[in-house]
Amino acid sequence: MPLLWALREQLGLTGTKFGCGMALCGACTVHVDGNAVRSCVTLVGAVAGKRITTIEGLSADRSHPVQRAWLEVQVPQCGYCQPGQMMSAAALLAVNAHPSDGDIDDAMAGNLCRCGTYARIRKAIHVAAELTRSAK
Amino acid sequence: MTSRNQPPFLFFASATLALLLAGIANFLPSASAGGQSNAGTNEKSLLAFRAVASVLTSPRCLNCHSSADGPLQGDDNHPHAMNVRRGVDGKGSPALRCFACHQSENGKTLHTPPGAADWQLPPAKTPMAWKGLSMGELCRTVKDPSKNGNRSLQDLIPHLDTSLVRWAWNPGPGRTTPPLSHDEFVSRLKEWIDTGAACPE
Repeated sequence: MPLLWALREQLGLTGTKFGCGMALCGACTVHVDGNAVRSCVTLVGAVAGKRITTIEGLSADRSHPVQRAWLEVQVPQCGYCQPGQMMSAAALLAVNAHPSDGDIDDAMAGNLCRCGTYARIRKAIHVAAELTRSAK
Repeated sequence: MTSRNQPPFLFFASATLALLLAGIANFLPSASAGGQSNAGTNEKSLLAFRAVASVLTSPRCLNCHSSADGPLQGDDNHPHAMNVRRGVDGKGSPALRCFACHQSENGKTLHTPPGAADWQLPPAKTPMAWKGLSMGELCRTVKDPSKNGNRSLQDLIPHLDTSLVRWAWNPGPGRTTPPLSHDEFVSRLKEWIDTGAACPE
């Protein structure tokens, strides 16, 4: 069973979205031990004993810098891909506190947005990076 | 009988010429059995490498041994979708790692990501880039420890037994396999090494 099925159907954590089912769109992105992975192609058995974080787990009170930045910049349009976008952004900021536009493009290239919110996503990641740095 | 009919000077001329040639032959470099053997071994080695190269340049190998900053895809070696990068360690950029999509086994359906343990490209320090190389350049790259991951010729053999290399013969639905079997590939590589690891010009 894919991890995505377990999260959505067994645990009721429906924030993580089903998009393509082939690791081609990024809508199902979650963290496994802090790294962004596509839960639609990751088997549950492959993550036994590992720490899984979904969009619901970024923070309980919307205080994660990525959540705050997404609200500040008003990133989403339809919103369907945004949980995956935010999980990839959070994974990027965890390893790069000061990403360039190129770093952002490299990290986010696997997350598609049919609404074309890419410019706002990039802006929000810069905002989130600033929030992260100022909090330290 | 014939000599009785030949003029005497012809007999002496023939005999002298024969002796002269025999003497000269002692000073000429001979086409000895060893020389023929060396040439034969070299030719055998070159043939073995050509067989090895047919696998190395097949899409399943070349797509990760690419000269670009990221992997290639498909039998036409097009750039990997999603602008995937090699990264310092060959396992992707820091926030888009290969294992984000590539698991330890192949996806079961067409167009799903292939997978094997330790899925990665060669690291940036020794990218082992083969695309676009001539046969001779490819050969010298494979032999050069500074370009092949600091491997001796003998070290190349266990590399062929890793799950990532073996994956090329079990690439999942919709992907072609190399032109030789894995056993034949290993056998031809060993033959190339045992015969002197000759490289084409």
